[in-house]
Amino acid sequence: MASPEKYAPPPPPSDTVAALLAFTVLAVLIMPTLDVFGVIDHFTLNLWGKYLCYALLALSVNLLWGGTGLLSLGQGLFFALGGYMHGMYLMRMIGDQGQYHRPIPDFLVFLGWTELPGFWKPFEHFSFAMLLVFLLPGVIAGIFGWLAFRSRIKGVYFSILTQALTYAGALIFFRNNTLMGGNNGFTDFKTELGFSLREPATQRGLFIATAIVLIGVVIFLRWLEGTKFGLVQRAIRDGENRTLFSGYATPAFKLFLFVLAALIAAIGGALYVPQVGIINPSDMTPEKSLEAIVWVAVGGRGTLLGPILGAVFVNMLKSYATRAIPDLWLILLGGLFLLVVLFLPGGLVSLPEKLRGLWQRFRPTPTPAPAA
Amino acid sequence: MAHPLLTVEDVSKTYDGFKAISNLNFYLFEGELRTVIGPNGAGKSTFFDLLTGRTQPDKGKIEFGTDPADTHDLTKLDEVAINRLGIGRKFQTPSVYAEHTVRENLILSLRGTRGVFASLFHRLGSTDTDRIDELLKLIRLDTKGEWKAGLLAHGEKQWLEIGMLLAQEPRVLLVDEPAAGMTDEETHRTGELLLSLAGKHSLVVVEHDMAFVKQIAANGRVTVLHQGALLCEGKFDDVQADPRVREVYLGRGKHGTR
Repeated sequence: MASPEKYAPPPPPSDTVAALLAFTVLAVLIMPTLDVFGVIDHFTLNLWGKYLCYALLALSVNLLWGGTGLLSLGQGLFFALGGYMHGMYLMRMIGDQGQYHRPIPDFLVFLGWTELPGFWKPFEHFSFAMLLVFLLPGVIAGIFGWLAFRSRIKGVYFSILTQALTYAGALIFFRNNTLMGGNNGFTDFKTELGFSLREPATQRGLFIATAIVLIGVVIFLRWLEGTKFGLVQRAIRDGENRTLFSGYATPAFKLFLFVLAALIAAIGGALYVPQVGIINPSDMTPEKSLEAIVWVAVGGRGTLLGPILGAVFVNMLKSYATRAIPDLWLILLGGLFLLVVLFLPGGLVSLPEKLRGLWQRFRPTPTPAPAA
Repeated sequence: MAHPLLTVEDVSKTYDGFKAISNLNFYLFEGELRTVIGPNGAGKSTFFDLLTGRTQPDKGKIEFGTDPADTHDLTKLDEVAINRLGIGRKFQTPSVYAEHTVRENLILSLRGTRGVFASLFHRLGSTDTDRIDELLKLIRLDTKGEWKAGLLAHGEKQWLEIGMLLAQEPRVLLVDEPAAGMTDEETHRTGELLLSLAGKHSLVVVEHDMAFVKQIAANGRVTVLHQGALLCEGKFDDVQADPRVREVYLGRGKHGTR
């Protein structure tokens, strides 16, 4: 029997509140202010807006992978669907300002349409588009999750199916006849709620909105962790059989989480589109979802801070590397993933602790302190 | 005679041509502590799988309930429904939630809230915390309530899982090899715990350790399974003396000699 004294009591919960507060001040107040005074340029702020959208996608991946043990390789689908639903509204807001100067989106003119297809019509209402941002990914996740979990599809089979799901989505959206812009997707947006998307002030507003949404999602997830639901969620991750044989209908819990994760990804996608200015089916390809897995692994799976950190760090690196050494980017990404898996399984968030451990090991042996 | 709480009649289960259980009859009465022994491959685990809805029999009936007019057909119910009827199971390898604290393991097992939405807004009452404290004392982990369960010693995990089972307040406890990996003293204490539960609960205990079986089967009956079928049933001494049992089980192999 192991001696109980050997083990320290469980570590205190990570100081999420302080990190959250610091992030709030930085993202909602400082960065936009610096932007107003021209200390950082509009491009940089916009880039950070994109990173924060990716952070939402990473949180979605982590809720399933880190929190529940479900490795979904298809979260990019829900991100893109959220983006597309918002994009449809933005496309309608172009009005007749497109290349063809017709009251319908250019790609429809190009396909020979003279008036708007029926399903496009309600998207001129912002509120309808926002409803669909949640509804469409939610319903698709609901149907897929219901079928998969009811059939007890687990582990690698679940991962493969989610990958197939997002790939199927990409194939559908690549078709011109889906009437969603084919492989070009949506771009060339002009206004959002009457504000020009070219105006730095609009982009600043979108950045702040993204930061606030991200903070809201983090607070919500933190709350969820502390509920009995959170206990059950982690119990499913660590011992699904035990949970099932304790009277918890684990398929229902997993379905709820899968839909919730889809919604979080969808909000990220919806905020991404007006800031990046383009959405197309390549965002639904499995590679995109896999990238999000790397962000979470690099940042630290199973924590709230890790996925955000990972999404920002890897994408900063990507922004730099795809300009400086474009041919080496994928090798760099793969190498980073390997390094983390081999040497830092806890991800970037575990780095301070790891360094402290190293310091303890290599520091000169202290002279014994005199007895007090 | 009273109607059994658990009625298993003429049950067979075949896996890919291998007869795991064949024409098994088994009756468990309310408050009974039944010990099931049998060599490896005798069908003990399959038997538990059938009782808990993990798998369904090819034929035969499995019913739960002492009122003949109101029994539940367990072959038609899944794991969750069967557990909610009051049948709890302890697995052979201790299954505790390693990343949760000991206390959280018990919270998760407490009878009550099981739904998705109910668990979002569930609050622990003072009766719940009292019950948990009581259980922690019972399973001798009251000083380790805040430990991660994964850090416990093997025997302690076994106890925790028994505690988790008790937290569910089941009518029937299905206990698979509770003494595995325990010291002799721990084994003896486990036996005492199980004996103290009989009467209040009904128990089926699968075990290999003969000293332990002798301890817990002092007043109860022992069922011997062999190749998926019932070999014999009766008091420990009678079973031990039965030449068929000695032939298939007690007299050979590495088990049963302790």
